[in-house]
Amino acid sequence: MNAARSVAIAVFKESVRDRIFYNLVLFAVLLVGASILMGQLTAGQDVKIIKDLGLTATSVFGLFISIFVGINLVSKEVERRSVYPLFAKPIRRSEFIIGKYAGLLLTLMVNVVVMTVALYTVLFFLSRGVSPNVQRAWDAPPIDPALLKAIGLIYVDLALVTAVAVLFSTYSSPMLSAVFTFGLYVVGQCNEDLRRLDQIVGGPAAGIVGKACYYLLPDFARFDIKLAVVHGIPVSAGYMLWTTAYAAAYVAALLLGACVIFSRRDFK
Amino acid sequence: MTPAIRTRELTKDFPVGFWRPRPYRALDRLSIEVAPGDVFGFLGPNGAGKTTTLKLLMQLVFPTSGDAEILGRPVGDVGIRRRIGYLPENPYFYDHLTAEELLGYYARLFRMAPVERRQRVTAVLDRLGIGAERRLQLRKFSKGMLQRVGLAQALLNEPEVIVLDEPMSGLDPLGRRDVRALILELRDQGRTVFFSSHILSDAEALCSQVAILAKGRLAAAGRLSDLQEFAVHGWELVVSGVPPHVLDRVRSRVRSVTAITGDRYAIDLPADARPEQWLAELAAAGATLVALNPIRETLEDLFVRRVSEMGDGGRPATATRVPRRGPGPGSAA
Ligand SMILES: Nc1ncnc2c1ncn2[C@@H]1O[C@H](COP(=O)(O)OP(=O)(O)O)[C@@H](O)[C@H]1O
Ligand SMILES: [Mg+2]
Repeated sequence: MNAARSVAIAVFKESVRDRIFYNLVLFAVLLVGASILMGQLTAGQDVKIIKDLGLTATSVFGLFISIFVGINLVSKEVERRSVYPLFAKPIRRSEFIIGKYAGLLLTLMVNVVVMTVALYTVLFFLSRGVSPNVQRAWDAPPIDPALLKAIGLIYVDLALVTAVAVLFSTYSSPMLSAVFTFGLYVVGQCNEDLRRLDQIVGGPAAGIVGKACYYLLPDFARFDIKLAVVHGIPVSAGYMLWTTAYAAAYVAALLLGACVIFSRRDFK
Repeated sequence: MTPAIRTRELTKDFPVGFWRPRPYRALDRLSIEVAPGDVFGFLGPNGAGKTTTLKLLMQLVFPTSGDAEILGRPVGDVGIRRRIGYLPENPYFYDHLTAEELLGYYARLFRMAPVERRQRVTAVLDRLGIGAERRLQLRKFSKGMLQRVGLAQALLNEPEVIVLDEPMSGLDPLGRRDVRALILELRDQGRTVFFSSHILSDAEALCSQVAILAKGRLAAAGRLSDLQEFAVHGWELVVSGVPPHVLDRVRSRVRSVTAITGDRYAIDLPADARPEQWLAELAAAGATLVALNPIRETLEDLFVRRVSEMGDGGRPATATRVPRRGPGPGSAA
């Protein structure tokens, strides 16, 4: 696993070099801009909108990184043939896959942490001048620790998307991988509908296909608890735990698949 | 003694064609052995299957049948890679890394401690003559410089067995000379060097053993001196100052007469000719001897002979050879 760590560090360094973290500037500008605008329009208004915006941006920006960096992680090295000298060294192909995955998770982690700090900072400044009495009428406190739950599940969501991208990238081109990963993500958003496909479209065949897809495809909607958190609806620790375990199982299966496929393929 | 490299009936089919892929036999039942300490030249025209063989040895592609061992261990054994070095054909590394960073990365994979890592990286870069450029990103490297980086990374772990795919390609004459010197140095250190080439002079200058591959099959293997026919095939007599009428008389009795410069001629005598008699005759006519060379089979002759002997019949029935890239298998190097 030492080899995997070296690969992971290389991925992280490369994302720094490729200016991936510049997205944080955009994120900050967006957040600060929105809060200035809001402060001018409606002083003392609930900070819900900023929370919602912050969480959505964290998720969307992360999604872009997961998909567009993820699909290239493995395929780029195969296409450019840098795998030739690499795999003549003592490193297993599975270590390479795990390392690539872990490296991107690290990048995403840094990204999400910085975004979290930025979000809390903006919320702090927004709520500073508002009297406690007014704040009490809000759905949730401005500096709400529950935001961390939403962000935690966003990260779990990104981890799963990254695993999907890595799996595709072990055997198909970046373009196709991007389409597949994005497609799976979109379908995974409406997983609930798949289960009830027979009621929606009608017919037993649709029901079977829908059920099969429901159980096979990851249910990405589970990770989205933004609305609940923003509106102060409690999210149980059990839900957090169960959802994380669900993602972990998926990630393990996807990475296992990626390792098996990649370990058997010829480098042309 | 365990061979440094051994292949047994090593065979590789590539699927070609998009809609109905058919197997294309790039390598056909190759069995060779490379003894430890040898410099082994793996020769063959373009498309012969040399790169495929080397990739099979590195487990970059997997054999259709047969197997291969390095230092007595199956090539699938990851542990064996600590003891080998590999230079791919036209190597590509990471554009955005410097030579130093690249080697540092590879050194980590060999689990070298930081001090050793720095030492080895510096040592191989120095050895390959990569100076201040080592702090430049590889995207700024010329083809020849990249080849040197490729050689440097192949030597990073002080490997016992070094596998080089066309090590001289892309190098200028000075670079070629450096690589030759390097290979001989590695041999003197007791390492095994297995290199592929389609340039025969490289092999002639370096190898103790060669294998000639053509159309995926072994055409010849062994000691260079055993393979080449050292029997004299004829004589090349270079003379000057031969009167024209004498020359006309000579012409009909020899294989050829070629004008070189001025009054200097090369006379190609048949194998059964007695050069002493010819010398005497020409000297009597007023000619001066410039040179007398026996004509022996060169590696090139051997190569051409063995490769053409492979003919078209040597192919297995299962595989239709439809070259997908590069020049066809028939085109000589
Ligand atoms: N990935 C591949 N797919 C299809 N054919 C291939 C592939 N790699 C090599 N070949 C074919 O196999 C033959 C041997 O190729 P190669 O080993 O590269 O030859 P050499 O290195 O001796 O020039 C060639 O005819 C080549 O076109
Ligand atoms: Mg080749």
